[in-house]
Amino acid sequence: MGCTLEKRGSVFVLTLTSESDEQHRLNPTLLSSLLAALTQVNSQATDASALVTTAQGRFFCNGFDFHWARAAADHQAARIRLRAMSNSLRPVLAALFSLPIPTVAAVSGHAAAAGAVLALAHDHVLMRGDRGVLYMPEVDLGITLPDYFAAVMREKVAAARDLVLAGRKVRAEEAVKMGIVRSAHDSAEGTVEAAMGLGEELAGRKWVGEAYVEVRKSLFPEVCDVLGLAPKSIVSKI
Amino acid sequence: MCSLEKRGNVWVLTLAGDDHQHRLNPTLIDSLASALSRLASHATPGSVLLTTAQGKFFSNGFDLAWARAASSPSAAYDRLQSLVDSFRPIVAALISLPMPTIAAVNGHASAAGFMLAFSHDYVLMRGDRGVLYMPEVDLGLPLPDYFTAVIRSKMKSPAVLRDLLLVGAKMTGAEAVKRGIVDSAHDSEESTVEAAMRLGEQLAGRKWVGEVYAEIRKSLYPVACNALGLTQKAIVSKI
Repeated sequence: MGCTLEKRGSVFVLTLTSESDEQHRLNPTLLSSLLAALTQVNSQATDASALVTTAQGRFFCNGFDFHWARAAADHQAARIRLRAMSNSLRPVLAALFSLPIPTVAAVSGHAAAAGAVLALAHDHVLMRGDRGVLYMPEVDLGITLPDYFAAVMREKVAAARDLVLAGRKVRAEEAVKMGIVRSAHDSAEGTVEAAMGLGEELAGRKWVGEAYVEVRKSLFPEVCDVLGLAPKSIVSKI
Repeated sequence: MCSLEKRGNVWVLTLAGDDHQHRLNPTLIDSLASALSRLASHATPGSVLLTTAQGKFFSNGFDLAWARAASSPSAAYDRLQSLVDSFRPIVAALISLPMPTIAAVNGHASAAGFMLAFSHDYVLMRGDRGVLYMPEVDLGLPLPDYFTAVIRSKMKSPAVLRDLLLVGAKMTGAEAVKRGIVDSAHDSEESTVEAAMRLGEQLAGRKWVGEVYAEIRKSLYPVACNALGLTQKAIVSKI
């Protein structure tokens, strides 16, 4: 559990729910339900649909669940848990990058570490401007980035130095200036509303899903490479 | 020649000496190499490097006069090649240095001199005089592979790449800020170094673990690392 999927109009809405953890930290339970939801979206997607991902409360997602990892019997076991989460986020991102429909993240609150990577893995990122930051804390924590985190940052964030190497906490307005976020909104509701509007608009373009996904993959070859997504050749209609 | 001294938490590396253009010849390159290797071994959490130069040049690139003073054209070519080869480890040392790095560009930085500045994490530049300039297209010289690899890793705009490398545009501080090549421009040499020192102290205050910092930096620039022969080191995460 930890997330719900519903269809509103043409838009699939994936919501990280707060019943067990308001920070929506990515642990094996949440990761497997995210993967299941995205698999379902993939199988139900039509050329006239889109995905909006959002979260309840003041966190979008605060990264991997370090509490769960640290609750292991010893350091070695904690590291194994951390690696297990890192390995389970990989297919979730691969699923997002291979969805045949436009994807929109409505960042309704803090998005840190793996949570920021999850948001940035969407085609469009909208963010609330009244509170919340995008933050890659690894440099502050003294930990390196998994290869696919680094690839997402390189290909999606022109100012990767400021986000990743300087550990800057970036609010929505600044993120818009940096070109990471498409638009900033004055509340969580406003962000989701704008994301729904964008989702409907993109769904209305009725892009051919099979081609859409290949165009996306061709724009992010390093991400696809580390996630094991190979390009598919499509016979063009002309 | 260059000097290395510690001011507060910031290591200040200064290009100095008789050649006011600070052209990179074997003497200066050796002196940079030993300063950087000394620095890498003295890094502690909170160390920062600030690189600057005396006078109105930051560095005017490889010492082509020294190369041309060789006995024949082919000997001159060999000298230039030896400069290209010996400067590679300098760039590699900067990209793998276990601390944040700042260049305070106090004047002209061209060709390998630009590369020296651009290999730092942050570039601050004086705005009242001095330009950034990649003259290779004007000189009819090819770019060493690691020059373009570092530039492509850190500069993401096709229009900026074109103007810098394919047009040979000379960029003042203000233009370089606008185009995202440098972080800020300042109205004199002194204020450039002062701003760089302030940034240095601020970064030092974060007390980042140098070894991890270097690995994160390298993970952002795999194309550069590949050309420089730098590989990723696995670090066991603290959790």
